[in-house]
Amino acid sequence: MTVIAAPHARRRVLRWIGEHAILVAIGVLFIAPIAFVFLTSLMSNKQALTASLIPTSWHWENYLRVFQTVPLLQWFGNSALYAVLATTFMLVSSVPDAYALARIRFRGAGALFLCIIVAMLLPPQVTAIPIYVMWSQLHLTGTLWPLILPNLLGDAFSIFLLRQFFLTIPKEYADAARIDGCSEWAVLLRVIVPMARPGIAAAGLFMFFNSWNDYYGPLLYTSENSAAWPVAYGLASFRSVHGTDWSITMTMTILVMVPVVIIFFFAQKIFVEGITLTGVKG
Amino acid sequence: MLAPAILGLLIFFVYPLIASVYYSFTRFDLVSPPQWIGLRNYIYLFTQDPNVWQAAGNTLWFVVVLVPVRILTALGVAWLLVRAKRASGFWRTLFYLPALVPPVAAVVAFVFLFNPGTGPVNLILRAIGIQGPLWFNDPAWSKPSLLLLGVWVMGDVMIIFLASLLDVPQELYEAASLDGAKSWQKGWFVTLPAIVPVLVFSVITGVIAALQYFTEAAVASSVASGRATVGEGGGATLGYPDNSLLTYTEWLYVRGFSNYQLGYASALAVVLFVVASVVLLVLLRRVRAFTPEEAS
Repeated sequence: MTVIAAPHARRRVLRWIGEHAILVAIGVLFIAPIAFVFLTSLMSNKQALTASLIPTSWHWENYLRVFQTVPLLQWFGNSALYAVLATTFMLVSSVPDAYALARIRFRGAGALFLCIIVAMLLPPQVTAIPIYVMWSQLHLTGTLWPLILPNLLGDAFSIFLLRQFFLTIPKEYADAARIDGCSEWAVLLRVIVPMARPGIAAAGLFMFFNSWNDYYGPLLYTSENSAAWPVAYGLASFRSVHGTDWSITMTMTILVMVPVVIIFFFAQKIFVEGITLTGVKG
Repeated sequence: MLAPAILGLLIFFVYPLIASVYYSFTRFDLVSPPQWIGLRNYIYLFTQDPNVWQAAGNTLWFVVVLVPVRILTALGVAWLLVRAKRASGFWRTLFYLPALVPPVAAVVAFVFLFNPGTGPVNLILRAIGIQGPLWFNDPAWSKPSLLLLGVWVMGDVMIIFLASLLDVPQELYEAASLDGAKSWQKGWFVTLPAIVPVLVFSVITGVIAALQYFTEAAVASSVASGRATVGEGGGATLGYPDNSLLTYTEWLYVRGFSNYQLGYASALAVVLFVVASVVLLVLLRRVRAFTPEEAS
């Protein structure tokens, strides 16, 4: 009776159901790919070649078999080395850069910041060839170092992101420290860095994920040396070598996703704030 | 403090930019020193290169189709999430999750899901009486297949929209209701102005990403063709099927790093630089045009 008496309320309930039905439907579509990949990763090699969705027998040993098929541990090691070193180097160099751009006044600051924006936005392919020539003259092609070492001199996107974050910290904190006689480095390390932890963590996570996921860089520098491949690159060439084996290809696909997803769940808040910062306040 | 940044910009940005322009006027194969040939690379690029126009066209497709579809989907899902007040954290994580999947893994997964014979997608389509297409193996369907992948990983854009939608002050909606605004009017006059900066941001980053579209197309071609890898096969599979996935940056890669025609590839890079700069300038001017409206 109340439903009939209050058409507005009824409409609201119906609309709620309607909107949530859409959400549930889209949600299922979004989760289904991962579910099917996971189910296939547990099928026998033979079953994966047939048209079926659910394993008839569960082959958890696929997750061991994949380590025997390709040098997966080595590839994971390469990825970890790449991602950890790139992130560490980036933080060591980009945090001071970003602080100087955000809080120190000097001539040419605007021009320098513009340069960093342009470097961040331009496609990497534009500068790839001379950089490749440089590394080949140093005999470092065939390794991941050309992708790791440049971070020692800062990374444009990270500098941009960190600067945006440092700008949100009130000036007065740094000023007070300066009056107490702190040098700029001391201001940065004792005052700004502790306050900017979420921003620094977000920049670090982005760098880590980007290195972990990188395909173009390893393709350019390590494609001919499979001992130096990161795991994402190894996955891309996996199926061509083990052509018909879908189940184990899906096993490896899951394994490549797992570290990123685990890190995300531990650092979800930092991550979401970081993405928001790039877009909303950028 | 800024010494590393300035050094970094000089070594990894300013110098390579100038060197690219110089190389583009030379014949250069990495073994012997560059040899000056004037404008010949550019003349070849615009008049004779058999694949460059198709490659540019494919890249353009991703700019014009992938970018808006991704943004609209992200905006739509963010809008649904704002309205679903309960468990919005759960939904947010769920829709963001695919964006976390490493692109290579996402592509391999999609090529499997959409494989024509035994893939789950065509299996399900068959169950409801539809004969699914060949997806990644059909030149007409390969780009739309990657479009679906692009929509699946729209989570990063969605998160930004979600934050900006939640930032709109509730009082504005209440004030609009008091003035008798209908819901579409609230959307047009309250919500839209609030999200314009984010919209512009996502268009700019989206277009920039689409101009350099490489990984997804390269991996899809390599995995779907089931032949040798990109690196080892000397770019043999890039563009599969039938060059329908050959993007501009892939073509640059093939000429530069498979054929070692570094001079010619530099010419392609310079053209990309000019196009990207023009696009950026136009888009950034748009941003400036929006700013006064925002302030009022």
